[in-house]
Amino acid sequence: MLTKRIIPCLDIKDGRTVKGVNFVDLRDAGDPVELAEIYANEGADELVFLDITATEQKRRTLAELVMHVAEKVNIPFTVGGGISSVEDVDLLLNSGADKVSINSSAVKNPQLINDLAAKFGSQCVVVAIDAKKINGEWMVHLVGGKVPTDIKLFEWAKEVEERGAGEILFTSMNHDGTKNGFANEALAYLSELVNIPIIASGGAGNMQHFADTFIEGKADAALAASVFHFKEIEIVDLKKELKKKNIPVRL
Amino acid sequence: MKIVIINYGAGNIQSIKFAIKRLGFDAILTDNEEEIRSADKVIFPGVGEASSAMEMLKATGLDKVIPTLKQPVLGICLGMQLMCKYCEEGNTEGLNIFDVDVIKFDGTEKVPQIGWNQIENLKSNLFKGIKEKEYMYLVHSFYVPLNEESIATTNYGIKYASALKEKNFYGVQFHPEKSSKAGAQILQNFLEL
Repeated sequence: MLTKRIIPCLDIKDGRTVKGVNFVDLRDAGDPVELAEIYANEGADELVFLDITATEQKRRTLAELVMHVAEKVNIPFTVGGGISSVEDVDLLLNSGADKVSINSSAVKNPQLINDLAAKFGSQCVVVAIDAKKINGEWMVHLVGGKVPTDIKLFEWAKEVEERGAGEILFTSMNHDGTKNGFANEALAYLSELVNIPIIASGGAGNMQHFADTFIEGKADAALAASVFHFKEIEIVDLKKELKKKNIPVRL
Repeated sequence: MKIVIINYGAGNIQSIKFAIKRLGFDAILTDNEEEIRSADKVIFPGVGEASSAMEMLKATGLDKVIPTLKQPVLGICLGMQLMCKYCEEGNTEGLNIFDVDVIKFDGTEKVPQIGWNQIENLKSNLFKGIKEKEYMYLVHSFYVPLNEESIATTNYGIKYASALKEKNFYGVQFHPEKSSKAGAQILQNFLEL
């Protein structure tokens, strides 16, 4: 049986992890490769690296990082953040990334989804969507949720599927950072609307939240950052807890 | 031991190269026929779309070489699919090493299948030390139906063949290079065949 996936997300700047991490056993708290290896050994099913570097060296440092991760880590990983062309993706996949995630660039140029799916296959194209519920309507936001658009979440989700996205990573801006649980109502609707896997993001605070997003939210995978980085939740404990609730996980 | 990864422009070759390196071996990436023929073990990777991958293979002439190889050959993911008779994806004629067609999931479950699923009914030295129902990482929209060459099965809405064997040719639908310790064991087993 296909299992539900648990995905830690690492924010990267200039090849280093940002945001604090609370791993006493880390030799170098800013080394994404070391952190990735630890998560892989603890039972993470996949990893996401979100690059927030804004410098001109970005492409090269990110490709180098991807190469180092691929060298050490034996589980799949996705790279996102500022990817806007077929060339960007070619470089990252050739460096060893399994998937790329595109967000604002897909909204600005939806054809990019078609181009990436045709060249590399849908399986490596994750479209990340940040949305916020405004006056009862889920609206897509750009630039890490800062810039509103007039695009509706569900219409956009349907479009990205039709254009060839292999997965959708949905982050609720209403829930992100609250630690009050995922946006399960919207997630469940999304999961019925499209026939590609949905990764839930934003709101993880405790183990029950993960169980809820898999059952009520019908999510295929759940992504979180700080609850893992600060050891508030250990991945192996989380998976044991989910298994007790009859949620299929890889243990 | 000389290990060759066939490099024809399709796929995540770095990951396989690194996985072999983690086992203590260096693999050579090449599309050179002599290099491939003289290898002890050949890995045939593939990620992407079937018809364009097959075109790239034909452009290198390797479509004629691969079926005549005598040493153990391991096709991974799309590599395995291209070793079959026919792929529904892109209406693609395959290498006809495995006598079976590759067809699309019917959409009962989400397509592509992405994530960790179990392999069972294991029937080969390739799975030495691997327990029944071990988890492997899979990403695919097309699958091989159960057939006489199946050496592992997986359930995703239906039960299908997740690994194949015919003489010296092996194929796995899953990604051993991305399947944690158990995946590494399968690669190790292949190198020891």
